[in-house]
Amino acid sequence: MITFYEDALCENCYAVRLLLHMLAVPYTSHFIELYPSRANLQPRFRAINPLAELPVIDDDGVIIAGAAPILVYLAAKHAPGTWYATDTPALAQVTHFLTLAERLSATVGAARRHESGFAPTDLPAAHTGATRLLRGLDAHLWFAEQQGNAWLLPTPHPTIADLACFPHVILCEEGGISRQPYPALRRWCDRVKRLPNFLVMPGVFLTAPPKTE
Amino acid sequence: MPDPTTANLWHPIAACADTPVGTPQRTTLLDTPITYTLHGEGHATAASSSMLPVLIRYGYIWTSLGTPTADLFDIPEYAEPDRRRFNAASVSVHVSAPRAVENFLDMSHFPFVHTGILGAEPHTEVKEYDVETSAERDEVLATRCRFFQPQPSTAADQGAEVEYVYRVPHPNCAILYKSSVIDETRRDVIGIFVQPVSQERVRAHMLVCVLDDRSDDETIKRFQQTVFGQDKPILENQFPKRLPLDPRAESPVRADRVSIAYRRWLSAKGITYGVIPAA
Repeated sequence: MITFYEDALCENCYAVRLLLHMLAVPYTSHFIELYPSRANLQPRFRAINPLAELPVIDDDGVIIAGAAPILVYLAAKHAPGTWYATDTPALAQVTHFLTLAERLSATVGAARRHESGFAPTDLPAAHTGATRLLRGLDAHLWFAEQQGNAWLLPTPHPTIADLACFPHVILCEEGGISRQPYPALRRWCDRVKRLPNFLVMPGVFLTAPPKTE
Repeated sequence: MPDPTTANLWHPIAACADTPVGTPQRTTLLDTPITYTLHGEGHATAASSSMLPVLIRYGYIWTSLGTPTADLFDIPEYAEPDRRRFNAASVSVHVSAPRAVENFLDMSHFPFVHTGILGAEPHTEVKEYDVETSAERDEVLATRCRFFQPQPSTAADQGAEVEYVYRVPHPNCAILYKSSVIDETRRDVIGIFVQPVSQERVRAHMLVCVLDDRSDDETIKRFQQTVFGQDKPILENQFPKRLPLDPRAESPVRADRVSIAYRRWLSAKGITYGVIPAA
């Protein structure tokens, strides 16, 4: 059984929680409060992850830290070929978006953590960086839609690339960044929300179901 | 500058349990940068350009930019030894303090914002409840508030019609008393103590003082933070961010009786900070 160390309000933990639910992998959750008590800095948690960062999973003794590595681990183990790519160009593309998600975390996420009181940052710099990345992602998705693709990778099934980027995009308004200028991003957010076993977190709301005949 | 009533209030600036001992910390209260230090059991200091009065109460450090004219409101239940008492969350929200308090007093949003926890469709009706503004105790009180809740607390196994009492003993603090699922003669107490950072930004501290002999602190915190996190985007999308006190500014419905009383009470106190005063 997987033990999942997480904070309910952490967007990087949300990416992992989404995949656990979509794969229907059972787990027990262990709450590590990042703010205000900073339970992640306690020796008890540092013994699990010396970097004192969330999320972390412990899969029967295999400890993996960080959203991207956990997503790779879970998807490669439970759903290779769907949630995780196995062919060469797709592997590189997934890695591209996992890296992009880290950059979203450092800009969009940093703005949100600043506004939430978690961690002060250089807000104008975070907004500038966020705008550049969101604009690029919106353009990528617009072209993808023109090619008939719904997801970040040109695959019929969504991948961990989508789940890694989604939390940052859907919570950007908590960092004072509007999604208004990014219509393709907004449509993609709705598609992610309509996936089977989708799960909300505080700050994320369900979307209307697709129109049925 | 805050109005004199607001400046003379006690306001919370941090939870003691979340504050490192002996290390100066910074925060902002009413647009004023404050440095404070928790020295140890029951003692703290705070200063802006000069030393500020400090109170430690209900697990929080409180201070005031003016001269507090009254002691802090009383929560007798806090002294009961079998209760779980701690700060469940300190959340920054881009909204005025009175908007945050008013949201805490509102039941009608439960089924839509806290779906499956504090409410669920089709149980959307806010039944008739009583509101009283006590001049003697200087507080607004709403009683007989009843609402069906799928998961009233971490101690609950199933949904129940829950009875609430709301008490607003301070312009920026509110307390709710909620029927306990484990002892029907007693009530859980949850307080929201709002620290106005500016007129349109707050840190909201949430006190739990509850009867729950089976959940650990982390479970209770996660429950409260989940609920609070759901409110945050709703609050941040309210416009104007300051609370309009003119009765014609927003159209209340019957479920808003406690909000109307709260707004009148703020008006009568002459509060102008974080609100749009009636013309």
